[in-house]
Formats: sequence, C-alpha cells, structure tokens
Amino acid sequence: MNYFRVTVGPVDLATFRKTMQDVSCGAYVQFDGWVRDHNEGQKVLRLEYEVYEPLAVKEGERILAEAVEQFGVSKAAAIHRSGLMELSDIAVVVGVSSPHRDEAFEACRYIIDQVKVRLPIWKKEHYANGHAEWVNCQRCAQHK
Amino acid sequence: MNVTVRYFAAFREAVGVESETLPSKATTAGELFSECRGRHAALQDYHASMVAINDEMSQWESTIKDGDEVLFFPPVAGG
Repeated sequence: MNYFRVTVGPVDLATFRKTMQDVSCGAYVQFDGWVRDHNEGQKVLRLEYEVYEPLAVKEGERILAEAVEQFGVSKAAAIHRSGLMELSDIAVVVGVSSPHRDEAFEACRYIIDQVKVRLPIWKKEHYANGHAEWVNCQRCAQHK
Repeated sequence: MNVTVRYFAAFREAVGVESETLPSKATTAGELFSECRGRHAALQDYHASMVAINDEMSQWESTIKDGDEVLFFPPVAGG
C-alpha cells in the first residue's frame, strides 16, 4: 500500500522501513532529505516548513501512484515534516521497494524531484544574521 | 459573484491576511489574482506560483464560479 504522510514530529525511520518490507522485493531504495546548515552563501540555523496538508497528501499520493505505474515498482511511500526543524533533522523520507534495484532507484529519484516542484510546501530559513526568508525553489530545484 | 481567496506562506505575509471573501468580476483564476494584486500592492506576480480551486490543483486559465475557494500558492519549496 502506497502512502504519503505529513508529520509534525520526528520521522521514525525504523518503522518507515518496516512498512516497506515485502517478500517479493529484492531491492529497497530510500532517500532522506536533511536540514542543511547553509544555503546560497548564508549560514542556516534552523528552518520551518509550512504544508497545506489536504492537497500535499492528495498530490503526494498522485506522485507515488505515477512512480509505481511508470517504473513498475511494488511499493512507494513518503513522509514530509511540517513545522520547526533543527539542523540534521529529517525533512523528508522517500522509500521504494521493488523486485530489482534499477527501477527502485529511478522511482525514488522521480518521487523526490516531483515532491520538490509540485507539492504545496514552503520552507522558511532562519539565518545566523537574524533574518528569515521563504526559499524560492525555482533555484533549488536545479540543485540535484 | 463572491469568491473566497486563501493566501499561503510568502503571499500571506505580503498581504497580511490568511483569507478573504470578496466580490469579483474575474472569470479565471489568473484574472482573480490580478484583482487581488489591485487590492494588495505587496502581492508579487504569479510567475512560478500555483493555484488550486476547491482543493484541486488547477491552472491560471481555469474558470472560477460563485462560491469557489481559490488558493494562491507562492513558489513551492518542499523536500
């Protein structure tokens, strides 16, 4: 069963991984997105995500279904954080299970790339100089 | 007709309100956005922004009707 969730609390990776297990699958690919301490030359102290959950979940599940359909993987799921986060926290996790590895890698890449450009999620970075700014991801979508 | 507009993230901070119900002559979401820019000078151009109507992702050319809830999303940055 594919699922896309939004959570305010920390992501429990062990539990997430367990939900992805499948005896018909020989490959599991997982992508974790972490909170980084810099962006565009600025020192980042922490950040916050604003998520419009009803549509983020709906569109997120659509992306997972597209990945399963296009790449023929068995299972795809993702969890995205909402609210305040500290450095090195897990902001997003994507998991894909599949009989073989090639399609699992491709599907995982597809999902995270689409999550970045399609979901109603916004990131505000708090900088060391006391400023805070909404990140305009037209640029960061180019950093892969 | 009357429509309800909701602003998110940078749009909400620019406008200073989370939502407003307003009379509109707009026929598309893009026209409605232009009307809102007329009301709120701080609202930036909708280039690279997205719009949803009644919780469905939509296009700027999508038709709006009386009672719709139109959501204006500034450029997104998930992940």
